[in-house]
Parts: sequence; C-alpha cells; structure tokens
Amino acid sequence: MAESENIVAETAEKIFADLADAQTINNDKKGSWKAPLWQALTEAGLPLSWVPEDCDGSGASLAEGFSVLSAAGRFAIAVPLAETMLAGWLLSQSKMASPEGMMTVVPASPKDRIAVGADGTLSGRARGVPFAKDAQSIAVLASGASGLSIALVNAAKCRIEAGLNLASDASDTVTFSNVQPIAIKPAPRGFDQNALMLMGGVARSLQIAGALESMLDISVRYSNERVAFEKKISKFQAVQHNLARLAGESAAALAAATSAADTIANSASFDDAAFLEAASAKIRCSEAAEKGGAIAHQVHGAIGFTIEHILHRYTLRALAWRDDFGSESYWAVELGKMVAARGADELWPLVASR
Amino acid sequence: MTAALRFDPIRLPPECEVLRKQVRAFLAEEIAAGTFDPHKPNREDTDAPEFSRRVGERGWLGMTWPKKYGGHERSFLERYVVTEEMRVANAPTRRFFVADRQSGPVLLKYAPEHIKMDILPRICRGEVCFAIGMSEPNSGSDLFAAKTRATRTDGGFSINGTKIWTSSAHIADYMIAIFRTSPSTKENRRHGLTQFLVDMKTPGIKVNPIGQITGQFEFNEVVFTDAFMPDDHVLGEIDGAWKQATSELAYERSGPERFLETYYVLTELVRAVGSKPDTRSAEGIGRLVAQLHTMRRMSVSVAGMLQAGKEPVVEASIVKDIGTVWEQQLPHRVRDLAAFVDADATNHETLENQLSFAIKTAPKLTIQGGTTEVLRGIIARGLGLR
Repeated sequence: MAESENIVAETAEKIFADLADAQTINNDKKGSWKAPLWQALTEAGLPLSWVPEDCDGSGASLAEGFSVLSAAGRFAIAVPLAETMLAGWLLSQSKMASPEGMMTVVPASPKDRIAVGADGTLSGRARGVPFAKDAQSIAVLASGASGLSIALVNAAKCRIEAGLNLASDASDTVTFSNVQPIAIKPAPRGFDQNALMLMGGVARSLQIAGALESMLDISVRYSNERVAFEKKISKFQAVQHNLARLAGESAAALAAATSAADTIANSASFDDAAFLEAASAKIRCSEAAEKGGAIAHQVHGAIGFTIEHILHRYTLRALAWRDDFGSESYWAVELGKMVAARGADELWPLVASR
Repeated sequence: MTAALRFDPIRLPPECEVLRKQVRAFLAEEIAAGTFDPHKPNREDTDAPEFSRRVGERGWLGMTWPKKYGGHERSFLERYVVTEEMRVANAPTRRFFVADRQSGPVLLKYAPEHIKMDILPRICRGEVCFAIGMSEPNSGSDLFAAKTRATRTDGGFSINGTKIWTSSAHIADYMIAIFRTSPSTKENRRHGLTQFLVDMKTPGIKVNPIGQITGQFEFNEVVFTDAFMPDDHVLGEIDGAWKQATSELAYERSGPERFLETYYVLTELVRAVGSKPDTRSAEGIGRLVAQLHTMRRMSVSVAGMLQAGKEPVVEASIVKDIGTVWEQQLPHRVRDLAAFVDADATNHETLENQLSFAIKTAPKLTIQGGTTEVLRGIIARGLGLR
C-alpha cells in the first residue's frame, strides 16, 4: 500500500473508530450516531474522494478511495459513503461537479435501464437502490437515442418506495417519470452500464472482504473467551478447523477484492482482463460472505443470533452487499459467457494474464 | 486484533511474460514432437528423462539457486511462471519436480559443500530424480512418530526400517529422509530425528511398488536393511530435523501445483459447451473461473512475499487448504455441468476419460504433502487458537 493510501485509510479508520463503534451503534435505537459520523466524513472530504478538485471533490486516487471502502467494510459502515463515492465518480466521468450531501447511484442493478427522452427528461425504474431514501441527489446513467448520458438529479423529484436489505439498510425502488435533471452530459466514449456495475461490484467486494476480516477477528476473540465443557472453545479442534476455514474465506475475499481494485486503479478501460478481475471479485466475495458468515455464527452459537450482539452487523451486511450491482449468479453467467466465447484454449492465457 | 492476513495484489513483472512465451513455445515443440499429449494426464510415460534434460538445458531447473551450483539466480516469480505453464500443459515433470522445488533448497541449506557441488548442478541439468522419505507405516501426518532407525556405526549410520507412500522412489536417484537417531524426550517429542541424504543405489534398500486407485504406480514402500549412510550425508543438526522440516513448507505449500492438478477438466468442459453455452453451463463455468482466478492471485501473492524474503507460513497454508479442496471438487463440478453437454461433442470422449481419471485422482489431493487437517491446525495456530 502506498503511503498516501495509508494516510487516507487511516483518516477513515480513525473516524469510524471514534464515531461508528459497532456496539455503540447497536445500542442506539434512534440512529443518533448517523449525523455526527456523516459530518465527520464530510469534513474529511471522504464522500467525494473520487471527485477531482476542479469538480468540487477531494481528488483522491482510485486506490486511496478503495482503501477507504475496505475500512468501511471492516466497520460495517451503514451510511451512504460508498454510494456517494460511486455517484461522485460517475458524475466526474463526464466532468460534472458533485453537490454536497448524501448521494446514491442509479441503476444499481445490471438489468434496470433509465431512459433519456427527446425532451431531456428521465424515465424508468431502478430497484434495490441503496440509501435512495437518505440521498439528496442521485447520479444517473441513462440511455437515449444519442447514446448514454450521465445526469445529476434532485432525489425529491423521484418517487421513492422504501425497502430494506437483509441488514435493514435502505434499499429502495426509484421511479423516474419525466424527471428533469439538474444537469446532464453525454457519457464518455467507451463508458457503459457494465463499467458502472463492475465499479460498484468492486466497491461491494471490498466492503464484503472488510466485513469478513472483522468476522474473523471477533470470532477468534470470542472463541478465546467462551468456555464450554470446562475449556475455552478455541481449544476444540472442530472449532479451530471452522475458524481456519473462515480465515481462508476471509483471505480469498481479501485477495480477490484487492486484486480487482488494484486492476481498476491501474487500467484505463474495462477490457477482458479487468472484467475477469472485477466479476471474479464479486463472485468470490459473495461466496465467501455465505460460507464465512455461516462459520462466524456457528462459532458464536445463540448469542450471535441475538439483536444485541454486534455479529449481525457484519454478517447480514456482507450477505446484503452480494445483491448490489449484480449478484454473483449474474456475474458468473456473464463471465462464463465471455470464457466460452473466447474458447477453451484462451482460458489459461486469460487467467495467466493477471 | 488477530494477526492480519496479507495478500497484496502482486503482479508478475514483465520479464516473466517473456519467459512465459518461451516456455509455451518449448512445450508446443515438445507436444508436436510427441513427447507427451496434453489431453492425456493419465498416461504411463510420466518418467520422461530426455524431457527432463531438455528442461534443464533451457535453464528452468534450479532457477533461483546460486550460479556456482548450476543455478540461474532468477526470481521465485520467474520459477512460478515455468511451474504453472508446465502444470497446465500436463507436461511430464515428475522426474525433476521434487528435486527442483524441495530437495535442492534443502541441500543448499544443509548439505556439505562437496555434496552441493556434486548434486545441485546435476539437478539443474535435469539428470537426477529425488524422493521424500517422511511417512512410515505407523507415522503419516504425525511426522515425529517416525521409527526408522539410524544407528551409529563406523564413519556413519546404519539404517533399518520402512518408509511408505514414497512417490517416485522407484525412479529416484536420491531421497531426503528423516530417521530416528535418538529417542524423543519428555520435554520435546519432536526431538531425536535427523535428516539424511540417501543415495538410492546404497545396498540394503529395497523399493516395492504400491498400486494406487488411479491404476498408476507412483508411490512405493522403501525398506532399509542395514543400509549404510556416511557421515557427510547427514543434513543439518543431529536429532534436530524438527527445526528444519517446517521452514521449507511455505514454498512447498502455495505453488500453482496446489490448485492446478485437475485443471484440464475445466478446459475440456469449456471446449465441450462451445461458444454459446446455456445459462446453467455459463454460470457454472463462471463460478469455477472466478474461484480459479482468486486462487491464483492468492498463490502469486505468496510467491511475491517469498521473493521479498518473508515467511508467509499461514498464508501459504491457506493457499494449499483452499487450493487442494478446490482442485478436489473441480472434477465433480465439471461432471455436474458435463451432464448437459451434447454427447456428440467432438471432445466428449476426451472429457469423459479425463473426468474418470480426475475423479479417481481427487481423494489424494487433500492428503499429499500435508493433509487438510494438518494445514488447518497450522492456520489455527497462526490465529492464536493453539
């Protein structure tokens, strides 16, 4: 990790440690932790990490922003930090400035499409949009007769039906009925919905990997405290081997996600190799969320199944994040199609190219 | 806080890609010349001495070793590329693989100079084959229960006992083995074993082949009856093998051979489904490729850490645990998907034959070179659980 990534990530970690302690949040039924956390993140310029300074952002590198998302995953952060970062990144693709406040990004699923009409208004429906209810602005990728456009929309102009993901974070349906955007510009050549989905998918992969790191950490700690049959449960081989498997899933998620992030941070376009990296990260991290989360719960027993315990903050969010920007099943089909189209003898050269 | 696992996104440097092209061209020539058939992993011609010499001539054995011993002073990452390309091509590497990966580095570290000067250049030329003498009839994973005795005699030791499951012993020129030189102590049950270099031509060594469920005869029973080992064949500290056995494991455990053993069935499945697979095949292939890619990124990351002089013991064990479980399941997942492949696909018979062999190979993958259970024990220790 470069020095600057360390500094940005450390800034984020410090804010999370001070204002997003899992136990404190878990005890706070009114959500009064949210406003101070968001304010501190905003003051540090983190939500607009990926927005260049001339577009009113903090101009951090992609790599620095990715390191913030890893940290956000480790703390299972439940404010629209990743979403605002993605929205700012999307707007800056067309050199559009980002407003202050919380944002989210549309579409958040590969199957939803928003259309630009001849009059420049937006129509269509997007499902599973994270934190749409909380967002003041929405960055939209929309398609029209003249190709793709990127638009900034006032969230109040859209119809937003509230929904919840597995972790009870907002995951809403956003309907656009001839919505006039605040600003709209053509998307740059080569940029498409796939690129947005892959970027969102890598963000979620890093968050899942971070959550798995914490699941491993708190599961190991718990196993060294909990006594059963007159010894610490960490001394039972069955428990040790379960935790070793959790370490493996955490390691696989970490390796897949950081490799994909590194690829995107260092390449100009989403070619086949970048696609392999980003799609694989979402697939493998999602699988790890399932397997690793199950072990974390198994180690904790009944206490980990309670609302009072913090474990669910990580396990349920990791499971929920699988669904955003294309599930692992979706990306597996797309990756499988690409591999088949390239042909059997081109599979190894593709894998070995990374 | 648990000791954080590190898997930095290491990329292979540009010189590796030049090398990769050279290895691919070499293998294509060998395939064209009929040395081996990449589609047939289940052949009996795996002992290919001429191939082994030609690999040596290219400078691809002992790649990381000092030049004075015939090595080439190249990086772990370059060696990684050669290893993975050979494995994916199903090249007949058995004759040199163990010597290059494992035995050579042990000799480099512990053998006397004249033995290093004698044997290491021959490994680099692809002339000698090594076996590893660890398991015995009553000690497998429990390495330190080994009973085969090395008794002091004039100018050396006399060996009596039996090693078993010894791969390639029937073609090996040498074996690196552990023998009991003293009883274990109350304080340290690992005490009392010593590592030896065994010349397989020594009188008193008998090699008996053992058939495997694949139909192959890769491993053997090796019986020692008053076999003489001269003093200069002791490797390292007398009674102290336990200090030496663990340090070599990181590079044994995390290489591409730990997840590519059954890779060929995936290639053949992709060939069988054609360029426009149905959704089920596409999804199945996509998941397997994502898992493979992730494994490889983890494995390259460990190679990068080794190159940087680190000892990523836990990370290496994780790679082997996940990698071997994956390559064990791979033929079964491919079989699931192959059930829907057109039986008239031109490679259908090849795929069927490969699957049959891979499914029979699968059980050994999580046993050889450290069982899954042993690996998870090591990982658990790294996590601070034991």
